[in-house]
Amino acid sequence: MSDKIPVTVLTGYLGAGKTTLLNRILSEPHGKKFAVVVNEFGEVGIDNDLVVGADEEVFEMNNGCICCTVRGDLIRIIDGLMKRKGQFDAIIVETTGLADPAPVAQTFFMDEDVSSKTRLDAVVTVVDAKWLTERLKDAPEAKNQVAFADVIILNKTDLVTPEELSAVEAQIRAINPYAKLHRTQRASIDIAEVLGRNAFDLDRVLELEPDFLEEGHHHHHDEDVKSVSFTIPGDVDPAKFMPWVNDLVQQEGANILRSKGILAFQGEPKRFVFQGVHMILDGDLTQDWKPGEKRQSKIVFIGRNLDREALNKGFLACAA
Amino acid sequence: MTLAPAPSQSLAEHVVAVEAGAHVIGLAWLGPKAAFALADGRVLLTDGREAARVAPHPGGGILVAARAGDTLITGGDDGRVVATAPDGTSAERGKEQGRWIDAVTGGRDGAIAWSAGKTVRTRDGKGQLRSFTAPTTAQGLAFMPKGYRLAIAHYNGVTLWFPNTDATPDVLAWKGSHLGVTVSPDGQYVVTAMQENSLHGWRLSDRKDMRMSGYPSKTRSLSWSHDGNWLATSGAEAAIIWPFDKQGPMGRAPRECGVRPVRVARVAFHPRALVLASAYEDGTVLLIRLTDASELLVQNATGASITALAWDDSGRSLAFGDEAGNGGLFTLPS
Repeated sequence: MSDKIPVTVLTGYLGAGKTTLLNRILSEPHGKKFAVVVNEFGEVGIDNDLVVGADEEVFEMNNGCICCTVRGDLIRIIDGLMKRKGQFDAIIVETTGLADPAPVAQTFFMDEDVSSKTRLDAVVTVVDAKWLTERLKDAPEAKNQVAFADVIILNKTDLVTPEELSAVEAQIRAINPYAKLHRTQRASIDIAEVLGRNAFDLDRVLELEPDFLEEGHHHHHDEDVKSVSFTIPGDVDPAKFMPWVNDLVQQEGANILRSKGILAFQGEPKRFVFQGVHMILDGDLTQDWKPGEKRQSKIVFIGRNLDREALNKGFLACAA
Repeated sequence: MTLAPAPSQSLAEHVVAVEAGAHVIGLAWLGPKAAFALADGRVLLTDGREAARVAPHPGGGILVAARAGDTLITGGDDGRVVATAPDGTSAERGKEQGRWIDAVTGGRDGAIAWSAGKTVRTRDGKGQLRSFTAPTTAQGLAFMPKGYRLAIAHYNGVTLWFPNTDATPDVLAWKGSHLGVTVSPDGQYVVTAMQENSLHGWRLSDRKDMRMSGYPSKTRSLSWSHDGNWLATSGAEAAIIWPFDKQGPMGRAPRECGVRPVRVARVAFHPRALVLASAYEDGTVLLIRLTDASELLVQNATGASITALAWDDSGRSLAFGDEAGNGGLFTLPS
């Protein structure tokens, strides 16, 4: 399905440097043409690229799933863009600073017309090294954006001391240890680190090792949004695991922002990989376990007010 | 996948191919000419012998199109609403600076309506403009058959608005996102296509709700029979045709005609007979007679989904266009 148009979602709190990053992406000589969905015209725009204004209309799907919200405007815009296929190579969706990334991400799973023609590539979050600590205290949106990210651009590192930088990085890691984190000044980064990430491709969810250096890593267990992970050193029983995980996201989906897992199913030579956004789960058998590789099962949840013990108990009960 | 048996009789030799050159957004017959609205901002006018291209949206793209009298109304990503006449001349009818036009529709006596985001505007045949702000983005528009009244589909329902009066607009509420709207020819029923792969309807006499569900995808095309007794719909692997005769559709099952292993993309009832043109996502076009469900093949599968389908007023000719920029004009053998 490589002919699907990749979509990068760019989030970040007000003033973090989102527009700077976007302009940098657009102005680099990469030879690609983008369709850019923005909320305000004026600040963005490079000849050759198609800039579209959006209203950020978040709609509830009327399917009994309380947190299945989608961006109605995005469905329309993508429908319109797809009629002019060939005029651009990728789509970038910039959200407002106060936006919750979930409805944007969910749009790519819930709407068939959108998901048949485009694929979500990654959620990229720009955060401000100087102000993030404050924002995490007073703005739940900022916390959601960090929790949701596949790639975090920790920007304006020149405005803080090395100690302050380590502290803010530790705070990010307490919420989301799995995102790729890049330290930048003036959002200067190789765009290959931002685009073409395939973060939602099950074949790419190969490892779930936290992406951080031990050095300077502090545990901040006071965050209400955090990540938890659990491992079974062997196989799980799919007849136990599937109902458990489906039930879990039905019950706790509002609190679970992102989920991922790589599992060894009893008697199955291939890995089962899943990833999810709130109540939506996407899973499939992917590559074989390699000869000599240790079969083990690991799941990760990033969310709000997660009950670590109940989750652990539930998951361990799925062991084969 | 198995292919359904082809209809015994083919009318494919009566089709004249049309090279549109870009995704066909919509089409309308303007007298003897079919006008194809194209995603590249142009309109192709053809009677099957001669073709002319005009560019009502130079440098832009057409997003939506509808017929209004003897003109084709197009709305573009340039924010413009343009009327194109059969001779190829065009006139700007409206402009929403920096916006995309989300919906257009045509009414009687040259009236048109369009929307961009929450902004809805009507322009009557004399050029009188009226504006309304919908509660959320207006995704579908349809004039009511009687009076100067517009049905506006939006999130959580439909608003019925009289542009020429100060009367409070009437709101038909139903939770969810309504993508398109149509009104029965007798004005008794308002039906919407929803994000959740279903239709919703209201009987205006008693405001009773109707839910028509079971579609595997969104319904993009709705067409009333000439007598108003049937509503044909796309979105399933058959044309789903709901009964709207005296009893109404409540508690009754729809007819399923033209069952094939691919989804119906467009439907268009013949303007004078109970014959439905049903066009599929694989490019197949069939004619289906409702009385005995017999089928005639107009076009074999091409691989490209049909995106526009329309009869001329006499019912002699049918035009169709697809996502790959091809199309055809079919004339019933006399």
